[in-house]
Amino acid sequence: MSEVKKVLFGPILANNPIALQILGICSALAVTSSMNVSLVMAIALTLVTAFSNFFIAIIRNYIPSSIRIIVQMIIIASLVIVVDQVLRAFAFEISKQLSVFVGLIITNCIVMGRAEAYAMKNGPGMSFLDGIGNGLGYSAMLMIVAFFRELLGAGKLFGHVIFETVQNGGWYQPNGLMLLPPSAFFVIGLIIWALRAYKKEQVEEPEFKIAANSRAQEAL
Amino acid sequence: MASGNESIKKTLFVALALCLVCSVFVAAAAVGLKPIQKANKDLDRKQNILAAAGMLEPGKSVDEIFKNVETRIVDLQTGEFATPAEIKEAGINPATYDQKAAAKDPKLSIALPADKDPASIKRRAKYAAVYIVKSGDGIDRIVLPVHGYGLWSTMYGFMALQNDFSTVVGFGFYDQGETPGLGGEVDNPNWKALWKGKEVYNDQGQAVIELVKGGVSKADPEASHKVDGLSGATLTSRGVTHLVQYWLGDDGFGPFLAKLRSGGEK
Repeated sequence: MSEVKKVLFGPILANNPIALQILGICSALAVTSSMNVSLVMAIALTLVTAFSNFFIAIIRNYIPSSIRIIVQMIIIASLVIVVDQVLRAFAFEISKQLSVFVGLIITNCIVMGRAEAYAMKNGPGMSFLDGIGNGLGYSAMLMIVAFFRELLGAGKLFGHVIFETVQNGGWYQPNGLMLLPPSAFFVIGLIIWALRAYKKEQVEEPEFKIAANSRAQEAL
Repeated sequence: MASGNESIKKTLFVALALCLVCSVFVAAAAVGLKPIQKANKDLDRKQNILAAAGMLEPGKSVDEIFKNVETRIVDLQTGEFATPAEIKEAGINPATYDQKAAAKDPKLSIALPADKDPASIKRRAKYAAVYIVKSGDGIDRIVLPVHGYGLWSTMYGFMALQNDFSTVVGFGFYDQGETPGLGGEVDNPNWKALWKGKEVYNDQGQAVIELVKGGVSKADPEASHKVDGLSGATLTSRGVTHLVQYWLGDDGFGPFLAKLRSGGEK
């Protein structure tokens, strides 16, 4: 039971794919300017990770290692296309906003990373949970980033006005930078800082120490 | 892991079997969901047309309102409605005509030389679908598709004109990828509202409407041909000016609208 808990909830704080493994940053920058879009992206990625892990784990003993990456890619790509088609049929507005990023789930390092690191060595059930867990970790991060970006950038949350902006006759002067992808770097950086201040074991051992008044050679 | 996995035979077998299973899976999803996707796309297009024409009413279904709208195909070369024979020859179904796709089809489009392409669209479809709102026998308003390049992206939109074929009823983009907060403000309802009542053509019949930096002064005698530019988005504003002037000018809908104005076309 504790193993299930670890696999499922570990990736949210202790082993977050974005904050600790620094994977999947690309889409975290691109789609987090509004919470609605982030939520759909998060759900899509969680499902793809879970099911790709599941299917890869089922056939893991039959995959020749010379073509294993390609096999993983095919399974992931097929799932992503299905997700994209479903979104276009049932969430047209949001699929328009996500546009190319649904297709880019294929190249998201989290999906490939979990397939290679976990699903190739574990059973389908646990692999499925591992996919859900990592998806949740990604989702949590995406939602936090989107919360700050949408609130500060547009004065809204989930499209509902929280701060009335100057353009619409309110008081809030929106921070345009927050709507641009680079702002996600700042937000993610601050989250990683906060997370490592709280969970000290995530702090990496520095490769060298910098002492006062030292030259580069001495520090090594 | 079984040692037999590494043989060439096994490798080929796994690759083939996997591809087969996956392709069936993907094809089933694509084909099975196609009708719903098409309906979505259709509804979206109708909604955008009605939004530009200012005809969207909450609580009323889009399809119902769209019954008042007639879709006609215009031959941009001649500026006349395409005859049923021409439409048939080109293989166009007016209800589903996709100008975006037609602009990529060599048979249905022409390449634009650089000096004739202010909107940077490279190719232009020979035919355009226009949407006519009737009142009695006459035309109440007309919705024209326009597109052109802004700063990052090709912006697609609809412009609705009154039955003098110069006064703007509404204007909006339904697809653009400009900078959020700057060029992306082309979607701002307050900015779109500025277009209402503007005159596209001057007394000589030239499409002169343009976006101006710093806002339009009320004292300007040409104020009815000018719209406030978007602050912080010079290139997007320039793109909007170019695309509107192109599509309503002599190479776009200009000749067609001139004919409508003189009452030659019904």
